Amino acid sequence: MPAWLDDFLWTYQNLINTLGVNGLLALSMYVVLAVGQLSLGQAAFMGLGAYSSALMTMKLHLPFFVVLPASCVVPVLFALAIGVPTLRLSGVYLAIATIGLGEVLRTVYLNVDLVGGALGLNGIPERAEAWMIYGLLVVAIAALWLIGRSHVGRAMEAMRQDPVAASVMGVDVQRYQLGALLASAVLAGIAGCLSAHQSSFIGPNEYGFEPAVTILSFALLGGIGTPVASVVGAFILTLLPELLRGFSDLRLVFNGLIIVAAVLFLPRGLVALRMRRRAA
Amino acid sequence: MLAQQLVNGVLLGATYALFALGFTLMFGVLRVINLTYGFYFSAGAFLALFLTRNLGFGVWAALPLAAIGAGVLAVVIDAALLTRLRRTKAPELSSLMVTLGGVLALYAGMTAWLGPDIRRLPPGLISADAIEFAGVRVTAAQGLILGATALLVAGLVALMRFTRLGLALRAMAEKPDAAGLMGIDTGRAAALVSFISGCLAGAGGVLIGLNFNAIHPFMGEAMMLRGFVVIILGGLGDIRGALVAGLALGVIETLTAGFVASNLKEAVAFALLVAVLWTRPQGLFGRAAIRRA
Amino acid sequence: MSLLQTEGLTRRYAGLVAVDAVTLAVPQGGVHAVIGPNGAGKTTFFNMLSGLVPPSEGTMRFAGQDITRGKAHRRAALGMARTFQNIRVFTEMTVLENVLTGLHAGMACGLAGVVLRLSGFRRAERAAVVASRAALDAVGLADHADALSGSLSYGDQRRLEIARAMVAKPRLLLLDEPAAGMNPAETESLAGLVRRIADGGTTVLLVEHDMGFVMGLSDSVSVLNFGRLIYSGTPAQARSEPAVVEAYLGARLAEKLRARHG
Repeated sequence: MPAWLDDFLWTYQNLINTLGVNGLLALSMYVVLAVGQLSLGQAAFMGLGAYSSALMTMKLHLPFFVVLPASCVVPVLFALAIGVPTLRLSGVYLAIATIGLGEVLRTVYLNVDLVGGALGLNGIPERAEAWMIYGLLVVAIAALWLIGRSHVGRAMEAMRQDPVAASVMGVDVQRYQLGALLASAVLAGIAGCLSAHQSSFIGPNEYGFEPAVTILSFALLGGIGTPVASVVGAFILTLLPELLRGFSDLRLVFNGLIIVAAVLFLPRGLVALRMRRRAA
Repeated sequence: MLAQQLVNGVLLGATYALFALGFTLMFGVLRVINLTYGFYFSAGAFLALFLTRNLGFGVWAALPLAAIGAGVLAVVIDAALLTRLRRTKAPELSSLMVTLGGVLALYAGMTAWLGPDIRRLPPGLISADAIEFAGVRVTAAQGLILGATALLVAGLVALMRFTRLGLALRAMAEKPDAAGLMGIDTGRAAALVSFISGCLAGAGGVLIGLNFNAIHPFMGEAMMLRGFVVIILGGLGDIRGALVAGLALGVIETLTAGFVASNLKEAVAFALLVAVLWTRPQGLFGRAAIRRA
Repeated sequence: MSLLQTEGLTRRYAGLVAVDAVTLAVPQGGVHAVIGPNGAGKTTFFNMLSGLVPPSEGTMRFAGQDITRGKAHRRAALGMARTFQNIRVFTEMTVLENVLTGLHAGMACGLAGVVLRLSGFRRAERAAVVASRAALDAVGLADHADALSGSLSYGDQRRLEIARAMVAKPRLLLLDEPAAGMNPAETESLAGLVRRIADGGTTVLLVEHDMGFVMGLSDSVSVLNFGRLIYSGTPAQARSEPAVVEAYLGARLAEKLRARHG
């Protein structure tokens, strides 16, 4: 490795890892939006993955190759508890039920000694490497892309546009919606585990309302036409604040306005590509 | 002790009901989960703070003025965010997302401008006296909450029940397409409902600000959590349901804080929400339309 | 035995009976029509048949199975397909992709097969594309396969909807007001298409309020008025049945009065 590249990677290691983690989070949002639902629990799922994996590493001393896949268990259980009842109902119910989840978990983290209360968890071993993060990101993009170009992807796109017509075509809409929510909980949980094991510290305030909305803005800015688009959105919105350090107070104002602008004026996102929905 | 807790719970619940009323009204008539709603709660509290601290108003003038100010704000923000989506008949989740982005920008902007610190109303704004009856203390602030809530709720119910306007709004809630027949256009109805709802949220903000004497930009966000629980408990769009569920939540939270642990009251409220979704998704009174198309 | 049989099928909404105890048998084969004035409950009846609205009372049997409580998506696998009065194609998909969704119920390959691109999956996809192109050819849309569905004309979107419903070769095709919004030439060519579908062995049940379209095309006619079945028999007899004439005349009179005083 040339010295300048080594230098670069060392200096920006944190940013590079964050980019990859945010890419995974954007994909977790994409999966839900792609079936026409809105979950605002992505940050909460991430937090559950982060906390549960950190505990597995620090208290149970499990090896990372066990912790990483296991980090999606708790988020998936929460997704089931909220998803099963709400997905029988109209779309606003999932959104309402998940929007509260992050704030509630925050108060729980704050008051439970096992997870360090207000101080959070410190000294988590740094076991997540950039190659793991980017390897998983590439695998996730490829899997979602391959699924998109199949009858499963066509069913997802059909129900996003018109769930009634999709059900008449034989698509079990509720099953697909629940499947998408669980997949998104898996992705967010793993992203949480990776981020906890690369920053060595997690705290109760990192997974509340604002990160939830920020994750939504990733996917809406990039667009939900293809999985790559949402990752592009995440990269842009992660890099932009780095470039505009002077305006850090207004970063959230900016994220909020991006959502408003995307829904009103750019419903297909910046990368307004349409995916081909067949394999043959 | 229990009697005192119950009274405190009912008084807290009255503000929850007042707050949720506007939220459920917005959904009932306009079919939008408007997440900017919590912001009018914060805005009402800050307007009252400004009116009393900087302009020296008394509480009797500050309460209605702050409520009206929040109502006007609600009309402006609704027009900016939702007019376009109403015209194109966009799906309900689009409206929800726009208001979500909007409210994040509003809160963050407010925090950048005013700072995140907790502020207090001027001392002596409301008398610190309390009346005692059979061992139960009710402070003047709590009395004001009860009186103002009863007045506003009665006003809203009367408006919806006995006026032509209320009839038109109820018609809209039940059959959006028929609204044209009632001679009311969607834009005007949206402005009107936003104003009424904004006033209710703003008044709620002032009252809670008085009761706990702590005002900060994100107070509305914490309140929204209660708003969600109350409108799902009561049934989306159901006014009577919101009243009953609001009172019930206030009592449950106070009892949890008093007898279990005060930190757990949010978690209890949320657990209640999930439990209701599993068992009675149509709300306690079972009238909300919940089925998809 | 009839292909589709309803027994006392009823749907009530708050204070209103939309469909009132309809008992109707649709035999295997041919074109059958349910007609009636606007608001007679035809669409509610159809929505119950396709599982979008649960009946308040009564039962439905299709191809020997009780489908009263079954969900909409199960009926596709049993061989029931439908179109909608207000066309519901997936406008942001191509024409070919729309038709491919019509084959969803028959696509058995699991997620692993999809992601690993196993040979079973690839074979099924190829077969699906061949079948879909054939279905498009049958309605005369083969040249538009890669166009976005939203860009098609109204009449072509109706044809696309029929191709999407027909691609899985259903036993029963439900057409909800297929002639609505079409000009006379389009209506005539649609009638030919419906006839060809029935000749191909698919039973057609259609809802219409345009008597003219129905009369020449259908083998049997059932008439709904205020949610009740008031006639079931041949189209020729329907014209002379007093209750049917009255229902239509009554409705037309009311419309005229509304137009005059509206």
